[in-house]
Amino acid sequence: MIKERHLNIFVLGLLIFVPIFAYWNDQPFTITLMTRAVIFAIAAVGLNLALGTGGFISFGHAAFFGLGGYVMGILAWHSQNYVTLVEWPILIEGTKSMPIIWIITIAASALLAAIIGMISLKTTGVYFIMITLAFAQMMYYFSTSWSAYGGEDGLSIYVRNNFPGLNTLDPIQFFSICCVILLIVLFFMGRLIKSPFGLALNASRQSRQRIEAVGFDFHKLQLTAFILSGAITGLSGALFADLNRFVSPSMFSWQLSGEFIVFIIIGGVGRLFGPVIGALIFVWLEHLIGGVSDYWHIFLGFILLAIVLFGKGGIIGLLCQEDAQHE
Amino acid sequence: MNNPVLEASKLCKTFGSLVAVQDVSIDIHKDEIHAVIGPNGAGKSTLISQICGSLSSDKGSVFLLGKDITNLPTEKRAFLGIGRTFQISALAKEDTVLENAILGSVGASGKHWRFFNPVLKNSILRDEAECCLELVGLKDLINLKTATLSHGQLRLLEVAIALTLKPKVFIMDEPMAGLGSDGTKQLTEFLDKLRERAPILLVEHDMDAVFALANRITVLDYGRVIASDKASSIKKDPEVQKAYLGEG
Repeated sequence: MIKERHLNIFVLGLLIFVPIFAYWNDQPFTITLMTRAVIFAIAAVGLNLALGTGGFISFGHAAFFGLGGYVMGILAWHSQNYVTLVEWPILIEGTKSMPIIWIITIAASALLAAIIGMISLKTTGVYFIMITLAFAQMMYYFSTSWSAYGGEDGLSIYVRNNFPGLNTLDPIQFFSICCVILLIVLFFMGRLIKSPFGLALNASRQSRQRIEAVGFDFHKLQLTAFILSGAITGLSGALFADLNRFVSPSMFSWQLSGEFIVFIIIGGVGRLFGPVIGALIFVWLEHLIGGVSDYWHIFLGFILLAIVLFGKGGIIGLLCQEDAQHE
Repeated sequence: MNNPVLEASKLCKTFGSLVAVQDVSIDIHKDEIHAVIGPNGAGKSTLISQICGSLSSDKGSVFLLGKDITNLPTEKRAFLGIGRTFQISALAKEDTVLENAILGSVGASGKHWRFFNPVLKNSILRDEAECCLELVGLKDLINLKTATLSHGQLRLLEVAIALTLKPKVFIMDEPMAGLGSDGTKQLTEFLDKLRERAPILLVEHDMDAVFALANRITVLDYGRVIASDKASSIKKDPEVQKAYLGEG
């Protein structure tokens, strides 16, 4: 048995050193694979706030992931084709600047999360799962029919967007950007779950009566968590589209929403590093077993089954002792 | 007499054709313990839920320090000064005792929307929570997971959280339920002193505790008030004896 903190440090080490070794040994593909894992990790860290800490299972987080992808795609498409985005009442051009795209993505995802959250958080349990799924499916079908931006074919971006001072087409540099964002998100998430808000959100999952009896507004707590959660997942969508230089309706697909949940279950529900470990394992399994057999999902199914049956806390729950007395 | 701290007037609640609470009025004054007793199904828990806001009232109103709180949600009522303990413990069982108590301090402080600084490192909130835990005698257990506590300790933690809210009035739904005789005695002594901080509306089945503590007693039966008077007079009331106390 090991301490959860030590496992987290080990995972951070892997995240940073595997790409560096790959860079030395000239294996850009490994770096790209790690970048993919890191981006999925950001998405799942976002979802984990709602699912793990808040306890409401969103089966529609691909809505934010895809929205992030399309915000990036649309802005970059307008910029690369020299078509203005909006001409009236004010002139808005597309952009290829990552920081600007990120800010717009976060704002758009937060807005979408506020709308979806206000409606769907009135329900609980299975109904909440279904209503979030329905919203994501609405986004999916909307994107397939929006022919101005490629419809089912999606949008291709020829050159990756710019980040001041970096060559984003270099795999290791783009990986660094994504990795730093993940670290920032993890840092803030680590603070968040220990803050008054985090404590209340965590308690609201366990007893709604308790949280209301001490004066917290249950619905506002949940909605705030959902908005933060959606904004983080949305940001990862913009990065994912940038990684592939391509965005398509598949970023809204319900399989992706399900995979985010799988990352969290593999790693450990409600654990800070759970989604990171889950995403790393998932992406590597997909690569290693997927190379051997097209039916790699069967093996994933067995692994999931084993984790759910034998280790309720995911990988972290299996490896780390339950610390009954934390600080 | 002064104005009551809490006043419920003519509260009604029906569930379908069942009349759970009918025209119940009750008030609680400073420094007193007002007990509500009655047989099972008399409407005691419904009345408490109406006062605390988890059930809406069909008719009637609730006033806290003269302010009409009838239409406020539970959390606003809690913030204004209603400190409730639950019949069935409503606690964050996966969290530590201290975390549960500090939740009350945060709730009462009104600083709900702080996202960055660790709550356990906030010495003001932490001191308040620890102080309340010390009062009920749980100081040594603050770092234990709540799920590992005994039933009696959970009851005490409920009281401690209510204390952290610094309420204007305590509403306690069967705090003695499931306690052994030692536990009941301890809690009785504790509540006896607690009334100086804020008056208590006490729903309780343990008659020894009720008569040891209550200044006034209201007796409910089938959702109606059948008697409401000083504790000493209630014991002698023939209607009460028939409905509830048996031969006393």
